[in-house]
Amino acid sequence: MSILAQATTAAEAALTAADQKSISAAGYAGLAYGLATLGPGIGIGYLVGQSVQAMARQPEAAGMVRTTMFLGIAFTEALALIGFVVFILLKFV
Amino acid sequence: MTSPTHVNGDAPEAMIARDMVKKAAIIGPILIVAFGFIWGVHGALSTAYGLAIVVANFVLAAAMLTWAGRISPGFVMGAALFGYLIRLSLIFLAIWLVRTASWVELVPLGITIVVTHLGLLFWEMKRVSLSIAYPGLKPTSASKESTSK
Repeated sequence: MSILAQATTAAEAALTAADQKSISAAGYAGLAYGLATLGPGIGIGYLVGQSVQAMARQPEAAGMVRTTMFLGIAFTEALALIGFVVFILLKFV
Repeated sequence: MTSPTHVNGDAPEAMIARDMVKKAAIIGPILIVAFGFIWGVHGALSTAYGLAIVVANFVLAAAMLTWAGRISPGFVMGAALFGYLIRLSLIFLAIWLVRTASWVELVPLGITIVVTHLGLLFWEMKRVSLSIAYPGLKPTSASKESTSK
């Protein structure tokens, strides 16, 4: 057990400050991207749930509901895409 | 309350996606040339790649929702949520795989994805809202044939 602890300490010491900074930056960028996809996920769930309810209540309006639902999904997804692009630009540029 | 076991009628998602592909074909060359002027050949290639990602995303979303709509409305819910996860993963993979390629410029690629996605959506929304508000003005294949004669 102590050998393992010694090995971990040695590995940590081998990392430079720049390495540690880039590792933590990657972690935070991943966390930010995860958070950016959380909101649209909730939004799409709510949107589609309401659309399915609307189609069940008024099947004759299903075409219109599906049209607006599809556009709504794409608009909500744009938030996740913006988060993703910001993540990519922060991480690699 | 009784719920239908499947959604009747034509699939509007496929129609919207087809229309978006046509619009992307119009706006794509303009964007590629414009970004090519700013970022050079690599910028133009990255813009074309970003445009292809956006169009593929729309087409895949429409295909999944159309397929699910034929089965049941409950399936649409699953297809929308899992489709969202799958499509985001595919976009992530598509960019991750080429991020170090020599022809990739990440700035125009990112700008293209956001601008094209939102631009095509706003353009399509305008057409859809017009056709819902004034169904008589909605272009049909019969009216196109009569104007061409």
